[in-house]
Amino acid sequence: MKDISMEELSGQYYDVLKELGNIGAGNATTALAQMLGSKVDMSVPQVQLLDFNVLGDTVGGEDEIMAGIYLQVEGDIQGNMMFIQKKVSAAHLINKMMAGMIEIKDEEVADYEFGEMECSAIKEVGNIITGAYLNALSSLTNLKIYPSVPQLAIDMAGALLSVPAVEFGLFADKILLVQTKFSDDVELDGFFILIPDMESYEKILTVLGVI
Amino acid sequence: MSNVIKVGMADMAVCRGDDAVTTLGLGSCIGIAIRDPATGIGGLVHIMLPDSTEIRNNTNRPKFADTGIEDLVNAIVKKGGNRNRLVAKIAGGAQMFSAGGKENVIRVGERNAQASKRKLMQMRIPLLAEDTGNTYGRTVIFYPKTGDYVIRSVGKPEKVI
Repeated sequence: MKDISMEELSGQYYDVLKELGNIGAGNATTALAQMLGSKVDMSVPQVQLLDFNVLGDTVGGEDEIMAGIYLQVEGDIQGNMMFIQKKVSAAHLINKMMAGMIEIKDEEVADYEFGEMECSAIKEVGNIITGAYLNALSSLTNLKIYPSVPQLAIDMAGALLSVPAVEFGLFADKILLVQTKFSDDVELDGFFILIPDMESYEKILTVLGVI
Repeated sequence: MSNVIKVGMADMAVCRGDDAVTTLGLGSCIGIAIRDPATGIGGLVHIMLPDSTEIRNNTNRPKFADTGIEDLVNAIVKKGGNRNRLVAKIAGGAQMFSAGGKENVIRVGERNAQASKRKLMQMRIPLLAEDTGNTYGRTVIFYPKTGDYVIRSVGKPEKVI
């Protein structure tokens, strides 16, 4: 296996990842709009290669309470994917999806404990968003990619991010973060982290003609 | 005025006097707090992985339990702490997401805790207390002067070990 170091990423590779982020987030926006039955806007995603010690600050502080969805990716490539959003964004989405059934007010969010219904709604959104992102990757590369059922945890950002950080940590000292802002009536800020294992990185880059 | 020094992932810091060291949102990582009770010099290292010898890319020393603890001990001694008096407390090593996927990565919290304890034992540094495992994140603050290791989690009362 050829050695690829994250630190040696070429500018071209970086652009490819950025473009993937764009297409993925675009797909996710469409999917989200269909589900919510309303217009959803999206900002240009930001792709950043970050040092571990600044990761928490980038998503709004390590002790910010967030909802994290984590899933495994299988098929032609192997790896993991995470989608995290602030608890308040998750609450906005729940309100929107469950209009008339559940309404969580902004001032209640901090102490609000998500029940089974709410968790299932967040997972579903996570499914749609990560699925849309992986679809973009799959159609661009012609690689078969199957996501597993998502797992959800609501906790401090630092604690959630330690999970993908450890995976990146196995071969790098940096982590690749894609930030996307969706907005309709309210802003929904979310972050993707895709972690293919080393062999899969090589596969993706080869298919895309980068290496 | 006392300061609270922030330690990020794969990072460490040493302090003395009324100052404290903190790390926010420990998940599967471990916060290893070591101090010399006589001088009140101590510090915290935030490790992510158990063993630097298992990984090829291992130049970032605070990232691993073995090299991270070595470096923290050296830094405390350099600041004036006595190597033979050092004592330790550890926290973290949670499993944030359950089941599925790659077993060794999922269980990394547990392995981090084991590796930290093993390294401390090898270096003959007594482990006075620990709060590891479970499924929730921890924010920790360590006061080298008193040895108090304060642990906060979401929706749980504050704990001091």
